[in-house]
Formats: sequence, C-alpha cells, structure tokens
Amino acid sequence: MDVLYFAWVRERIGVPSERIETGAATVADLVAELSAREERYAAAFADTAALRVALDQTLATFDAPLAGVREVAFFPPMTGG
Amino acid sequence: MAVRVQAETFDAGAELNAFSIGAQGAGAVVSFTGIVRDVAGGLRHMMIEHYPGMTEAAIAAIVKQAQTRWALTDALVIHRHGILPPGAPIMMVATAAPHRADAFAAADFLMDYLKSRAPFWKKEVSATGAAWVAAQDADEAALDRWR
Repeated sequence: MDVLYFAWVRERIGVPSERIETGAATVADLVAELSAREERYAAAFADTAALRVALDQTLATFDAPLAGVREVAFFPPMTGG
Repeated sequence: MAVRVQAETFDAGAELNAFSIGAQGAGAVVSFTGIVRDVAGGLRHMMIEHYPGMTEAAIAAIVKQAQTRWALTDALVIHRHGILPPGAPIMMVATAAPHRADAFAAADFLMDYLKSRAPFWKKEVSATGAAWVAAQDADEAALDRWR
C-alpha cells in the first residue's frame, strides 16, 4: 500500500510517501511494524496520540483495519483556516 | 457551492462581489477572510502544506454538512497552500442564506471545521528558523458547540 506523511511527520521520516508491503491487520500494527524497522519511524510514531491517520483519504482511528485499504496517511493535527 | 484549493492569491473583495451577485435573492451574505499574521514578529512567510485529493473531499464534506444544518442558498470556500507572506489572504468562506442567522452560523461552523478537519498544516518561517504551528485545544473544543 502507499503510505503518505505530512508536515513534521514527513520531515522526521524523511520521505513524503513510499510503497510498503505489509501484512499488518490494523493501523496500530503498521505503526508497530514500521517503528521496529528503523529509528526514524520510531521517532515519528513515538506518541500516536499526537498523530492523525487517514485511510483512503478519510480520517480514521489507529485501531481501524487495513484490509482493502490502498492509501494510508499519517500527519499531525490539522492547522488550517 | 464552490470549493477552491489553490496556490495563487485571491482578491477577497472581488470574490465577495461575485458571490453576492450570484447569490441574488438570498437576503443575507456573510464572509470571512483569514490573513497571514506576524504574531511573534520577524515572520518571513507562512508555508502551508496540504493533502491533495483529501483536502478537496474533506472541504466538500464539511460544506455538505453545513448545507444539511442550515438553509443555505450558496457557499464558497477558498483555501490557499504554498508560501504566503504576512498580510496575504490565506482563506475565505462566504455563505448565502434567506436570513442572516443561518448565514452567520454556517460561516462560523465552516471556519471551525476547516481549522481542524481539513488537511492543512501551517509552518511559520522566520529569520531565526522554522516551526510547525501546533493545533490548539481550543480548536478542538470549538467543534463541541456544533455537536
């Protein structure tokens, strides 16, 4: 699936997007898998309460299942307006 | 109803005039324009990042909610991204309704939701460095009044 990062999450991980092959069942599982992979992910995902996630461009929660999802995006709380 | 997400600047006065002409017979038009503000002093520019695709869909969904809640005859949302100097317009909301209460309430609702539910992130770039603007608890609390 495609994984996208925005704002400081993008800066901390170092890429705006990447394709990731994963068998993770939920967003939380994916976060755990990436965090175990490299320190930059662990740093970005250290406090998921400070993060938001969107699945196929719709806001979701970290316990949401990933089955059938094509695009996951991680970002800090939004600051529009 | 129109939603525009753009890098280019816009003329809030011209937009409001065009919207008001298009909203003929509405009885009430309310508009809000957000402007880049140099809060701490020394701001060079604001950099606004967004999530292309989701941004447009999220704003359209917020506008749709507003249309469900209030008797709007028309609505306009413009939100910019990219590099914006102090004093530049960031975004604009306009609502048209038969009566002013609905136009005001819907504009207020749109602003509260655009602030924390549309995927934009602001970074302030000054002479001394750059920092992402943190979301405020008050922004989230503002949504409670609409629940």
